[in-house]
Amino acid sequence: MLDTVLFYIFGVMTLLGGILTITRRNAVHSAISLIVSLLGVAGLYLLQHAEFLFAVQIVLYVGGIMVLFLFVIMLVNLDLAAKERQFNRQWLVALAAVLAAGAELGYFFYRGKDAFKLADVAAAITGAEALGNTEIIGNSLFSEYLLPFEIASLLLLVAVVGSVVMAKKRI
Amino acid sequence: MHPITTVHYLALSAALLLIGTVGVLTRRNIVIILMSIELILNAVNINLVAFSHMLGPDHPQGQVFAIFVITDAVAEAAVGLGILIALFRNKETVLADEIDLLKW
Repeated sequence: MLDTVLFYIFGVMTLLGGILTITRRNAVHSAISLIVSLLGVAGLYLLQHAEFLFAVQIVLYVGGIMVLFLFVIMLVNLDLAAKERQFNRQWLVALAAVLAAGAELGYFFYRGKDAFKLADVAAAITGAEALGNTEIIGNSLFSEYLLPFEIASLLLLVAVVGSVVMAKKRI
Repeated sequence: MHPITTVHYLALSAALLLIGTVGVLTRRNIVIILMSIELILNAVNINLVAFSHMLGPDHPQGQVFAIFVITDAVAEAAVGLGILIALFRNKETVLADEIDLLKW
């Protein structure tokens, strides 16, 4: 019961934040709406007993990426862009294509909803209660997924060097 | 009230994905296009965590994958914003359809 209510609260937060993000004229307002949306997603993670991802979502997304976005919004002069047309010329075609994709997904969920069984919370509690969520993820990450983990660190190194080179005045 | 099933999470994630796609396809401001990409990646993460939850606590693979997706999102945001700053320094614009150097 409480889960249901919380799901709808976080779901409305997520979707409303997303819609405001793509419709606001001012980029700072968009960023604040995106923060609301990301917090809603974090709440959904907590509802699904993914506590580690909940913490990562808030620390990394809201604390890291959004601060980066806000810094760039302040570095780049967006006053001129806010006065101009906000949507490009092919917005009608894009909207029609997205509506078609949405109808397709809706039909898929309608036909396949019996294939997805209920999220069984009782089994989730009795199963691996001895280990916490973070420990389970850590075990999996450092044994089963060790090579992807190392590749991800390489990707981050490349991204750091790349973004520094991009933002440098003279190379 | 109905209990929440995996399909609820999948429908929510599909809606968020479509919102993000509309943002990418229709907005002119590059900063907001990058934010829409973040929305799309979050929709993917909701999907992964929902399936991980459906399979039970012995299957954390979905959550591990969500961590990799977040890593990619961080790298993408950093590089994208770096490109944006370089672009603004050279072209004095942040509107995607005014950057048409490869068009004639």
